[in-house]
Amino acid sequence: MTLLQRTLAIVLVALMGVAFAQFPERTIDYVISFNAGGESDITARLQQPFLEEILGVNVTITNRAGGGGAVAWSEAQRSMRPDGYSVIGVNLPHIATQPMERTDTGYETENFEFITWFQFTPNALLVRNDSPFQTLDELLAYAKENPGSITIGGSGSNTANHIATLQLEQLAGVDLTYVPFTGTGPTVPALLGGHVSALMSYTPMAVMQAGQVRTLAVASAERLSFLPDAPTFVEQGIEIVSGAHRGVAAPPGTPPEVVAVLREAFEEATRRIAEEQEEMGFAIIYVSGDEALELVREVTEEYAAILETLQ
Amino acid sequence: MDVLGAALQQLFIPYHLLLVLVGTTVGLFVGAMPGLSATMALAVLLPFTFTMDALAGLIALGSVYMGAIYGGSFSAILINAPGTPSSVATTFEGYPMAKAGRAEEAITAATIASVVGGLFGVFALLVLAPPLAAFSLRFGPPEYFWVAVLGLTLIGSLSSGTLLKGLMGGALGVLISIIGVSPIGGESRFTYGFPALQGGVELIVALIGLFVIPELLVMAGTGVGALAKSKLGTARGLFLSTAKKVLSMPGNLLRSVIVGEIVSVIPGAGGNIAGLLAYNEAKRWSKHPEEYGKGSLEGLVASESSNNVTVAGSMVPLLTLGIPGAPPDALILGAMLMHGLRPGAELFTTQGALTYGFILSMGVSAIVMLPIGLFGGRLIYQAVVRVPPSFLVPTVASMAILGSFALRNSMTDVMIMLALGLLGFVLKEIGFHPAPIALGLILGPIAETGFVQSRLMGSAYAIPYFKLVESPLSQVLIALSVLAIVWPLVSDWRRRRAARAGGSK
Repeated sequence: MTLLQRTLAIVLVALMGVAFAQFPERTIDYVISFNAGGESDITARLQQPFLEEILGVNVTITNRAGGGGAVAWSEAQRSMRPDGYSVIGVNLPHIATQPMERTDTGYETENFEFITWFQFTPNALLVRNDSPFQTLDELLAYAKENPGSITIGGSGSNTANHIATLQLEQLAGVDLTYVPFTGTGPTVPALLGGHVSALMSYTPMAVMQAGQVRTLAVASAERLSFLPDAPTFVEQGIEIVSGAHRGVAAPPGTPPEVVAVLREAFEEATRRIAEEQEEMGFAIIYVSGDEALELVREVTEEYAAILETLQ
Repeated sequence: MDVLGAALQQLFIPYHLLLVLVGTTVGLFVGAMPGLSATMALAVLLPFTFTMDALAGLIALGSVYMGAIYGGSFSAILINAPGTPSSVATTFEGYPMAKAGRAEEAITAATIASVVGGLFGVFALLVLAPPLAAFSLRFGPPEYFWVAVLGLTLIGSLSSGTLLKGLMGGALGVLISIIGVSPIGGESRFTYGFPALQGGVELIVALIGLFVIPELLVMAGTGVGALAKSKLGTARGLFLSTAKKVLSMPGNLLRSVIVGEIVSVIPGAGGNIAGLLAYNEAKRWSKHPEEYGKGSLEGLVASESSNNVTVAGSMVPLLTLGIPGAPPDALILGAMLMHGLRPGAELFTTQGALTYGFILSMGVSAIVMLPIGLFGGRLIYQAVVRVPPSFLVPTVASMAILGSFALRNSMTDVMIMLALGLLGFVLKEIGFHPAPIALGLILGPIAETGFVQSRLMGSAYAIPYFKLVESPLSQVLIALSVLAIVWPLVSDWRRRRAARAGGSK
């Protein structure tokens, strides 16, 4: 090796080191696969100023809605550059169930570099304040006598809400009618207007609508600090612990050093908005690294098993 | 009253008034750009409001919202492009008016109508919020289905000329709306293996393609700008004469704002449906239905007054029940929650000064639209008229591409827009109007969702479809739909009989 070659090699290595040490040095694009104004979008916009402060660069939020998130997720795996300057919000069980039910989603569940899962919203079974059902038992007893006549509204098909309703049917041995709505938003007037008997929704809805609804059960392992009076399904003898997770991932092939920088930034941003988030009914989690992929696998297995019993 | 006084005191400090002025102006320009919607403007603004105090943040959001819905009328009138979906019906009369050299009159009328609508919406929100919210809850899936059916009867009045072509256009619109992941069930339809098509055809993308591109092609083909030069007198004289014309149709204004209010308090039905229904009603009750489609001021006023009612109207379910009445409201809800404000009765009592301050700021925003809109509108109009077609066509075309892309940051959407543009051009040449296609696109998903949900809700019934006709409100909507179909036939028959009687004398 000549001196020139050696010098070049050293310079190159140094440059690479500098390149990684300095990540990020320009604007990071944070893609959200849902419309502006949704919970995923609002969470990202809450994180945005803190991410900018921590990372020292601009962070722009790009909404790429479509196909229940699938359009953006397939692009992340097909054409996004794996350099850390593009990250994408990911949602469970969406990324687990969509490839199971559709052949053309264009992405694979595990083919992301998961940065961190930062938010968990357990399912919650809600009825209107003036509903005759005071407890979960009363609702289930009525459902047993009148098969199919209890209608349960929820967000979407093959979603966390839908699957939790199916689990409830199986575990309690009752026949419920699940009515899917296009998102959590339209479920509220459906419940308040008496068009459905109950909602399988998420805990933020239980918190926000606290004055108008009663929470019969939440699908968390233990009672939640922000809904202390709401009993869990588990303590009422029904083993349902489920909900939706939100997190962020990088396109496959993003260097681990870069992922590590992003992970720290997102965890810190999450810590700074944790208090507001909990007040709004979101459970804050910090599931990163190997655990993040582990969570994806767990959820995928669980939902595959439930969807199989359906067919 | 004490609360209102306190609210006024908080509102009328220079900082808040400046926010209203700036917010309305920004909203106006965003709304005038096809593809940049009110929702997007609010999303970009949202993080900034976290650092403001609660009232200032809400004022900024509300003013931008108000300005954007109004701003959509500019591009609707001047280049046949609904700037936001709310101004679809504005294109039907606004653009023909502009073509006939009445663009300034159209803009002035749209401005006055928007101010009237905006103020009415605020008034209703102040006075009638609780009963209106209770009313809105009576709309469930079956009622949504019938609202969509009622809206589809509009095809009859929109397909000037042949009803068959109108119906075919409507069916085409519904078919296009089916592309993508189904709203209920989650299957993908007509995607032919392209993951990008899972997102379906976004409404505004289709509107840009169907309305703007054919116009541009015609302009490019003939080499003549679409807008004739205005032959009218001074700005002041025009304003006064137009104001007189608009205000001399109180029946039309009242009917339109009531339609707007009813539609807007129903969550999920927004300004586009309000504008279309009000337009249809205006035509039905008009003494000059033959002018519609050729530049009827009445039709324009109906559309623009009703869509601006929806800004405050959609806040009724938001503030009382925490239900966003339209997509931009979801962002306002986000801002409220960030400031620890929970929707409900408390907002109007303990938080009264803040809530009423916010509501009144929307009224102020509606009023400042008048000077901003007249001035800004004149500038935009002169730019469009003075620029020769060889510059105008590429400029508008790049705006159309930018707008289609910006909505979901998607090149696929640009391709869809161009494809629909070509389709729209061919269809127009053989006598299909884009309006029924747009109607099918807007209402198809609402009808489908309502229908499937109603069927599911009726699962325990012997005949599940009975759910569709069960409620009294459904029955009223069915009756209205039947009336909407029969009415034109009856009036047509009457006119013919009158003509025959007149002829035999």
